[in-house]
Amino acid sequence: MSATLQNLVNQPYKHGFVTDIETDVAPKGLSEQTIRMISAKKNEPEWLLEFRLNAYRSWLKMEEPTWANVKYTEIDFQAISYYAAPKPKAKLKSMDEVDPELLRTFEKLGVPLHERAALAGVAVDVIFDSVSVATTYKEKLAEVGIIFCAMSEAVQHHPELVQKYLGSVVPVGDNFYAALNSAVFTDGSFCYIPKGVKCPMDLSTYFRINTQESGQFERTLIIAEEGASVSYLEGCTAPKFDTNQLHAAVVELIALDNADIKYSTVQNWYAGDENGVGGIYNFVTKRGLAKGVNSRISWTQVETGSAITWKYPSCVLLGENSVGEFYSVALTNHHQQADTGTKMIHIGKNTRSTIVSKGISAGHSNNSYRGLVKVTPTAAGARNYSQCDSMLIGDQSGAHTFPYIQVRNNTAKVEHEASTSKIGEDQLFYFAQRGIGAEAAVSMIINGFCKDVFQQLPLEFAVEATNLLSFKLEGSVG
Amino acid sequence: MIYQDSKTILEVRGLRANVNGVEILKGLDLTVKSGEIHAIMGPNGSGKSTFSKVLAGHSAYEVTGGTVLFEGKNLFELAPEERARAGVFLAFQYPIEIPGVANSQFLRLTYNTVQAERGKDELDPLEFDDYVREKMKLLEMNPDFLDRSVNEGFSGGEKKRNEILQMAMLEPKLAILDETDSGLDIDALRIVSNGVNHLANKDNAMVLVTHYQRLLNYIVPDYVHVMEAGRIIKTGGKELALELETRGYDWVSAESKAARLAA
Repeated sequence: MSATLQNLVNQPYKHGFVTDIETDVAPKGLSEQTIRMISAKKNEPEWLLEFRLNAYRSWLKMEEPTWANVKYTEIDFQAISYYAAPKPKAKLKSMDEVDPELLRTFEKLGVPLHERAALAGVAVDVIFDSVSVATTYKEKLAEVGIIFCAMSEAVQHHPELVQKYLGSVVPVGDNFYAALNSAVFTDGSFCYIPKGVKCPMDLSTYFRINTQESGQFERTLIIAEEGASVSYLEGCTAPKFDTNQLHAAVVELIALDNADIKYSTVQNWYAGDENGVGGIYNFVTKRGLAKGVNSRISWTQVETGSAITWKYPSCVLLGENSVGEFYSVALTNHHQQADTGTKMIHIGKNTRSTIVSKGISAGHSNNSYRGLVKVTPTAAGARNYSQCDSMLIGDQSGAHTFPYIQVRNNTAKVEHEASTSKIGEDQLFYFAQRGIGAEAAVSMIINGFCKDVFQQLPLEFAVEATNLLSFKLEGSVG
Repeated sequence: MIYQDSKTILEVRGLRANVNGVEILKGLDLTVKSGEIHAIMGPNGSGKSTFSKVLAGHSAYEVTGGTVLFEGKNLFELAPEERARAGVFLAFQYPIEIPGVANSQFLRLTYNTVQAERGKDELDPLEFDDYVREKMKLLEMNPDFLDRSVNEGFSGGEKKRNEILQMAMLEPKLAILDETDSGLDIDALRIVSNGVNHLANKDNAMVLVTHYQRLLNYIVPDYVHVMEAGRIIKTGGKELALELETRGYDWVSAESKAARLAA
């Protein structure tokens, strides 16, 4: 590949700094004792400790999955610390008491924690390593009955809701990483939108890993009652370390009758250096249950970071006429590996799903789409449309598509389209001949390629995603 | 048209170039002055398209000797995008498809990039829309073109019109039209030729690379050059093209060989 293409992809990671802050880190290793320690630190009720221990016992019997199209050296789960939290000076009463070092960190990341400085119209919950450090606009949301807070807080104040829904979409023994998460999860966001309420602002969580030896195991639960709707955004970054950190999150969404949940992610975990050293292992289970009639769950993700991504945000379409959507852009560069896609499980009648996946591979990276469309015998009239496009930059990268389609109802209609393209020297020459340099050309081609997905993002996020992709690809084109 | 007070736009001396290590251009000389229209003809493989790509700066073509001055400056010191901004325009024989990128977006970016280079104001999307629609009338183009992806799914004629549209927008000093007539039906040929004639003026120059005399019925050249084996072996007026049409290229080749032997 020519030098221009090469240079365009090779941009430094700008979120790679470490915050120097006193941290309470648990000793490495995982045992029942670790789990009891986490549970005790969080002052959890007995049922939750049982939930964790159950998960841990299932996990012990499970094998790490090896079917994904990714390669990495075995993870030593005893070498990870399962809890890391900035030491609180005292119980916080207001944002002004948050450690200034933390405030500076998030300001540097573009996530101001003061409501007066916060993004207008977006409420943010901020997770630093294992704990939530701040949630903005909490009171304002409470006025309309919306609960938006850290998971550990929800466990204290709304235990009945947490107990009812936690693990109801992703059971403790669902898969290896979900079981691990269920055993050791530390914090995450909890959202509850009551009946008939349209959430007046976007809700957002910003995840930051800061500690080198710790893993991040957050747990997010979003419940939209009948007729409720919410748009939720998630962003993530981490410092540069030459070791790998494990991030194994679980996200559960539940949409009741006529409810609507839109979940958007811009994932920019540290991806490792140009030789593939360091970076986050992003092994995440995300699943939404469209439980009610006419409910809708929509996932939009822009995955640009992580050394390895293993992630399949899915929809279980149980309610009649429920809708599932998955819009994804996954960009890999250098030695990044991504195996990502979705599962659409059609159970209810006349359920519909749409999958639009755009994979971009540059450098020596490997990018796989893996998706399942399953129509069960009860899902009469189910429809699915899938479109999976891959774009290659340079000649050292790989793009793969693994679509699985299982249809057991003959009234269903399933469509799948796929394409592979390449940013070629000839395209770049054409742009150049019209006065447009390689960087602007690649950015325009990539944005055109990702248009269908970016359109799904909330406006601020769409701008951020566009910049992020251009930034990530800067220097990769020759 | 040949003018008395014209300036030299392009001066090529002894140009040599390789593709994949094979020498294609073997000492090409050519002088083009403002206001002039030159036609370069010649059999397949004589190096016509190579010449146009070398001028535009395609990386697959390696210049091994000779000089090219564009308005008195060394063209090879400029990157391809700098040449374009300076006013060198190549209408591609096979315009490239760019899926996903709207033609309007692409046209505006290229227009604004070149305008910025000339110290002129850029146009916002609305202003540009008015501007480009006006230009499109010249080429009898349907405004639908603006919403489609660049060249994707365009017919041969539509692609060529899109090239000339860009030329009309960018107002280059030197326009090289690489086999713009190939694949055009008679109507498209007329429309494209009208566009080119409309754009030709005393400050710019055109180089038409073509196989066929047909195009020259519509765009009348001041000079016709015959290329063979990487060099220009004969230059004449517009009547030379007609002679080539009836007699073919062999006699030029023989004449040139004889001349070299005599020397």
